Order: sequence, then C-alpha cells, then structure tokens
Amino acid sequence: MAAVTKADLAAALNEELGLNKREAKEFVEMFFEEMRQSLEAGEGVKLSGFGNFILRDKNQRPGRNPKTGEEIPVSARRVVTFRPGQKLRERVESYAGGE
Amino acid sequence: MGHFVPGNRIAFLSDESQMTKSELIENLARKSPHLPARDVEMSVKALLERMSHALANGQRVEIRGFGSFSLHFRPPRLGRNPKTGESVALPGKHVPHFKPGKELRERVNDAISGTE
Repeated sequence: MAAVTKADLAAALNEELGLNKREAKEFVEMFFEEMRQSLEAGEGVKLSGFGNFILRDKNQRPGRNPKTGEEIPVSARRVVTFRPGQKLRERVESYAGGE
Repeated sequence: MGHFVPGNRIAFLSDESQMTKSELIENLARKSPHLPARDVEMSVKALLERMSHALANGQRVEIRGFGSFSLHFRPPRLGRNPKTGESVALPGKHVPHFKPGKELRERVNDAISGTE
C-alpha cells in the first residue's frame, strides 16, 4: 500500500473542503512549515488527539566509527521526538495487518 | 553518524512552551488571509484526521522535509497486574512511530549549534 504524501493530503483538502488545488497544495506546505518553525524556535508542538512533537537536547557523548573502531565524539544535538496521543494510539493499536 | 553507546545518553526535556493546535490554527489563519478562519480550522483537522486514518489502516505517511509516520509492532508479552502480582498475557499491538526528515532534523539542530 503506497504511503500517504503531501499530494494526497492536498487532494483531501480539495475534495473534502473544496479548497482549490493551488490553495490546498499551499496550505499543506504551510501547515508543515509552521510546525518546523515552531520546533526550530525551540517550541514543541502539541496536537491534541494526534500527538506531541517534543524537543530533546542531548549532550555530547563518546562514539565510535563502526568501520574503523576510531573514537569520535558525537556532538551535542537537539532532536525531535513524537509522542502519539491517546486517541491515535487507540486507533492504531487494533490494526491487525502485517508489520 | 556515530554509533550508540548504551548508558551514556543524557537527555532532558526542553522546558520551553509549546504550540497547541489552536495556536497553530491561529498562526495559519493569520498567514492565509484569503481563507476564512473556519476553513483553516477545518483544514487542520482534516489533515490530522487523514494522517490518523492512514496510520489506523497500517499505511505510512511520508512528508518530505518534515518526516515519516509508520507503525511499529510490539510483540505479545507477559505483563503483571501491579496490584495482585498476577501475570497477564498482553497481546501484540502496533504503535505509531515518527522519524524526522532531513530538513527538520537540520533546522532544529542548526538552531542550537549553527553548523554541522
């Protein structure tokens, strides 16, 4: 089953809400850009029913080049994690298909 | 990308404020004056519903520049009732998983480090 993409989301806005195709495409872009901007600015995103995008700051830690075995520190970084909301968890839990 | 060293992952939750769904809707409404506010709200809800629906049916969601959502399978396991100590067989289940895309990873990380 093919993955849902931005084009599919835009088509849904066009078909379900009657946004014209250009508006729908722009809206989908803006939606994800708004969330990227928030996360970039250090603010998480909390979408009730869907889930929360959370920022985590990780300290520098020792790492190793798996090929050469050479020690290289992994620099401190900020990463985005997603914590699915209760409603989404419940909807997904019962999916019985293959992995 | 370095290799993961167990026990050395010191992380903490950022303490910053969060953008809620209603703030997201307000921001988008402000940036799209040609759309009635009600359409913006319904559009945000429709996008989240379309993505949730896909996941509930085992379908992946791939948003270039943002990230992808998929399902991970958690195998059945023996749990325990914390009150009685009794073992309970817990069935396998799927849980939603998000993997940030390259642009999102870089923008979030460059905001603190400046380079990579």
